[in-house]
Amino acid sequence: MTRRKSERLMNLVIALLVSRQYLTKDRIRQVVEGYHDQTDEAFERMFERDKEELREIGVHIDVGSYERAFDDELGYRIQRDTFELPEIPLEPDEAAVVGLAARVWQHARLAGQTSSALVKLKAAGVPVEPDALPALEPQLAAGEPSFEPLWDAVISRTPLVFEYARSSQPSRLRHLEPWGIMSWHGRWYVIGHDRDRGATRMFRLSRICGDVAPDGRPGEYDVPEDLDLRAEAEWLGTVTPEASAVLRVRQDAGWGLRRRATSTDEVDPGWDRIEVPYAGRWQTAEEIASYASDVVVESPPDLRDAVIAILRGVAGEAA
Amino acid sequence: MTQSARDQVPRMLALVPYLRAHDGIPVDQVAKDFGVTPQQIVKDLNVLWFCGLPGAVTGEMIDVDMEALESEGVVYLDNAEFLSRPLRLTTSEALSLIVALRMLRDIAGAAELPTIEAALAKLESATGDGAALPIEVHIEKADPAVHEATQKALATGHRMHLSYLVPSRDERTERDVDPLRLLTAEGRPYLEAWCHLAQDVRLFRLDRVVEATVLDIPADPHPHVPRRDLSEGLFRAVDGDVEAVLDLSPPARWVAEYYAVDTVENLPDGGLRVRLRVGDTGWLRRLVLRQGGGAKVVEPVELADEVRECARLALTAYGG
Repeated sequence: MTRRKSERLMNLVIALLVSRQYLTKDRIRQVVEGYHDQTDEAFERMFERDKEELREIGVHIDVGSYERAFDDELGYRIQRDTFELPEIPLEPDEAAVVGLAARVWQHARLAGQTSSALVKLKAAGVPVEPDALPALEPQLAAGEPSFEPLWDAVISRTPLVFEYARSSQPSRLRHLEPWGIMSWHGRWYVIGHDRDRGATRMFRLSRICGDVAPDGRPGEYDVPEDLDLRAEAEWLGTVTPEASAVLRVRQDAGWGLRRRATSTDEVDPGWDRIEVPYAGRWQTAEEIASYASDVVVESPPDLRDAVIAILRGVAGEAA
Repeated sequence: MTQSARDQVPRMLALVPYLRAHDGIPVDQVAKDFGVTPQQIVKDLNVLWFCGLPGAVTGEMIDVDMEALESEGVVYLDNAEFLSRPLRLTTSEALSLIVALRMLRDIAGAAELPTIEAALAKLESATGDGAALPIEVHIEKADPAVHEATQKALATGHRMHLSYLVPSRDERTERDVDPLRLLTAEGRPYLEAWCHLAQDVRLFRLDRVVEATVLDIPADPHPHVPRRDLSEGLFRAVDGDVEAVLDLSPPARWVAEYYAVDTVENLPDGGLRVRLRVGDTGWLRRLVLRQGGGAKVVEPVELADEVRECARLALTAYGG
């Protein structure tokens, strides 16, 4: 079955590619092996399915009219310039680094996509074999079950509907026009237009539960031209310091805080006083509490109170 | 499932121009380049010689030299001028490749950077609108001096000296390492190296390297040392790890999502009971101290006591 189908699809591609005119359905049925012994109805179904499968593997079939015909019957052809991979003039060293890309994706389908891209480049005569390997091995994982549908949706611009859970809240149905996906510290996020709220929102893929389903047609919305995904991803990690803490830190301890200190002075034997700019009082207090007796807050008072409250909680004392 | 037409047709569309450019290539090499078995390539060839121009009869189809294939294991293909170039990349293929190359660019050193930039520019222009990709992968930047020293040591094969922070023990350590490779995991650059202090392979997060010096000593290549497989994540349980049980209150439930835990059970108060393995109880002590009572150590009991005692001691500095 597979063999006959592969053969038919190949012959269909070749017929549509070499034809200088639009081929009518009748003509295709005559010349492509595997169609002419079908009933009218079976042929129609088979031809529609074949066109769809070719579209899925990236073969664009043009529909137009056969000018010299007197009726309006539509015909089909494949334009060579949309079918063929254009020349990519890579130098040998450039081709070799392209070969390194094969090892990056730690996700079966995307690793497969990279390999099939490399196979096409090889078929075009580009030597993508990495020989002298630089010891560079970036790795990109995508373990979230919602990753694949979102990857496809941002490419095809298809609106989606999914259940989204925020911690300690029941999940809710969300309707989203996804604009782009980004990975930050190993987690994937999607940014887009939230149709329920009428505003731009970001969602974490690991919090999407259950199926992700289409909620409209591909290409039914536009992505804002000024969308800057790189800036959005950087924004995820940006903290603007809002205050500065003065801390007493035991020498040979508090290394994470010392790295961010703007000043360090020895105050007592074995103790330094450091100044650290920070954002987010509770988050900073949690970090300071994790050093236990090695770090003591001198100021500001609200940070000091926060650390005391956290430590009392751990010690089992009433706050 | 590799036998479906959906896989076979795109492969054959690439196979024809590939074989036209590599006359007489061994079938084993073809299989390697296409990532399939030689048997699969032979099956593909058996389909191809029934394909050809519309209306073609036997003898006008794509010509595969079956005799050379059977006797010498090499492939000659003819009569296929109409398929001279491979199919264009799909958007998904182009994006997967460009995203991967951008990651390489983000950790490349000065020596490789221009080559990667040039390759990216050519691929992006050949595959369409590379400017506005709907995919972005953020890689944390390390200290440029540390990054450049690491690149230089890797490129020239020299040993390095690192001042390295170990947050779980709150220590600044000094060690000599033989660098093996630079990689990324969870959006951050890491150096994998043979550590002379630990006498083992270690991963060093570059943003925790305070200072890096390239030493005037050649690095041992350690060819037989296995490289870490990071596909299952950075965390790896080893013998000697301590098993711990934590109760998380509802606001601390994120801990179960954020760290690698073995089991999760719901508690009646809406919290969670998690079981995890830790290599270093110092790390767990600091995690629990942060939660302000939101996370309680159930096991090991000694650790539960130690954490409470730590917090009491710390409170004495505040007069409490």
